[in-house]
Amino acid sequence: MELIVGGGIVGLSIAWRLSRAGRPVTVVDPAPASGASHAAAGMLAPVSEVTYTEEPLLRLGVASLRRWPSFAAELAADAGLPPGGPSYGLDFRADGTLDVAFGTDDLAALDELAAFMGKLGLPVERLTGRECRRLEPMLAPSVRGGLLAPGDAWVDPRRVTSALLAALERRGVPVVRARVSRLLRASQGSGEGAVVGVELDDAAAGGTVPAEIQADGVVLAAGVWSAELAGVPVRPVKGQIMRLRSAEPRLSRCVRGTVHGTPVYLVPRGDGELVVGATQEEMGFDTRVTAGGVYELLRDARELVPGVTELEVAEVVAGLRPGTPDNLPLIGPSGTPGLTLATGHHRGGVLLAPLTAALLQGEEPELAALCSPARHRPAAGSAASRGPAVPLYEKTSGSEELG
Amino acid sequence: MDDLIIAGEKFSSRLIMGTGGAPSLEVLDQALAASGTELTTVAMRRLDPSARGSVLDVLRGRGIKVLPNTAGCFTAGEAVLTARLAREALGTNWVKLEVIADERTLLPDPIETFDAAERLVADGFVVLPYIGDDPALARRLEQAGCAAVMPLGAPIGSGLGIRNPHNIELIVEAAGVPVILDAGIGTASDAALAMELGCDAVLLATAVTRAQRPDLMAAAMRGAVQAGRLARQAGRIPRRRYAEASSPMTP
Repeated sequence: MELIVGGGIVGLSIAWRLSRAGRPVTVVDPAPASGASHAAAGMLAPVSEVTYTEEPLLRLGVASLRRWPSFAAELAADAGLPPGGPSYGLDFRADGTLDVAFGTDDLAALDELAAFMGKLGLPVERLTGRECRRLEPMLAPSVRGGLLAPGDAWVDPRRVTSALLAALERRGVPVVRARVSRLLRASQGSGEGAVVGVELDDAAAGGTVPAEIQADGVVLAAGVWSAELAGVPVRPVKGQIMRLRSAEPRLSRCVRGTVHGTPVYLVPRGDGELVVGATQEEMGFDTRVTAGGVYELLRDARELVPGVTELEVAEVVAGLRPGTPDNLPLIGPSGTPGLTLATGHHRGGVLLAPLTAALLQGEEPELAALCSPARHRPAAGSAASRGPAVPLYEKTSGSEELG
Repeated sequence: MDDLIIAGEKFSSRLIMGTGGAPSLEVLDQALAASGTELTTVAMRRLDPSARGSVLDVLRGRGIKVLPNTAGCFTAGEAVLTARLAREALGTNWVKLEVIADERTLLPDPIETFDAAERLVADGFVVLPYIGDDPALARRLEQAGCAAVMPLGAPIGSGLGIRNPHNIELIVEAAGVPVILDAGIGTASDAALAMELGCDAVLLATAVTRAQRPDLMAAAMRGAVQAGRLARQAGRIPRRRYAEASSPMTP
């Protein structure tokens, strides 16, 4: 039996795909679908989010986006969702992302981005301000121009994780609601042996779960919590995100913008909800919603769409993205027998979930190489040839003095 | 050796880096390595210094001294509080003092900056204030006990270069503490110019972190700062209206 540690969108997707392939699996998570997947906006926008130095991430995103429609259709069927038309009952929509600019400076940055996208051969259209507002009449009149990435999509991550849990239940896959306190090692002799299961924090679960679960293999998909379980280089990157509610949809596609250098995006849901995101903060395991976070989200969202001030504030949450040093996920063999990694998805967990599950089943080896956890391990017998002189993350306690 | 000395501490690199704007920590790490910097600023607001794997660990890994900065503060009170929290968390009494006047231009507020500088100096800090290119304010901050002055070349992140070289020269002429050109650098020639004007060091971030190839631009900046420093020490020739042959015109 394969044990998936972590019941976010990545872990649940892996469990579902493995189960569909006929493999026995179990998921363990104290509160499935309540972490980063719960906070995420669900943009599937590899093209409009491309930046310098991140072409490998673009390749992963484009490949995973290609998988999304069939992933969504099969998931909807497996979960027994009522026929939801083209959105599969998951609020999946592929109507593109519009990236808009306001001032002269932001417009110049947009032109530079368009040139970069052109060089990469990405299908984007450069629009005038009026063309942008014809597509999205609620946009501020001050919009000067935009870039339309017609192939970008989005989905409601909460519907996806609910559907994944439903599909797993229908397939009879156990989802154990408990916290993993550590990985079980076959620790014969000196050194660390293979991972053979996990030890559960049964006190936290009220003594209703076994003390441990044995497994033939463990897949670590625990997001930011992967670091403390396996010492992998994953750090929390806090994001605050806001959900606004209106009876009438205000936008018909995802809108991104740069307001005086700060990026902001708005994602419309089918039910009229508008998601505004998101801050990026290096605050450790802190999920507090702050005045400054809320202020900046609203300030920038109002610049893009002045009418947002009329909407009801439905929710503000903070989630923790599992960031890696190079922003690429860690997918594949960990280097320790019995332990596979599927973590470090940073801002792309929702987008990359279908690809992650496929990579773990041996598909697309070229892309798998980009995500190999081996890239953060120093080569045997030599100092790390690329990357930092010392590991960016080590399991230590206490704080260090700086020289 | 031609060391940069700030508050008695020696640095062989005259390029001070900032960390804002890098697409990933790995890209930042490689750029810092290519820059050869020994002193790098980190914005302390919205950063938990005890969190593992953050930008602070990148600097620790490279043995680069951390210069906490008060970026994002609008009042002297906030800046003083941020500096104290940074001292407590990082164990350094150095601070880059940055108090901005408005979000649009991010220009430094001279009055709040001076107020905070006085209080931080009295509290035992080594204060490096970010200021406009104002020779009078630079002199007053030096008199108030700042360890260096950091005039801007142009607004933060603008990449407009050094808009008023004359004022920078006036600041350099009068200063008894290091002058560090901070903000506005767009490309390598801007950094070289700062050094040719007599600045003791250059601080930059965006020009590197938002370049298409941050590691290459960092290496370019390193070379430019060294070239500009050498040119300053060598002494440039006077400008002439007409040609002067460098070799005999007749055989």
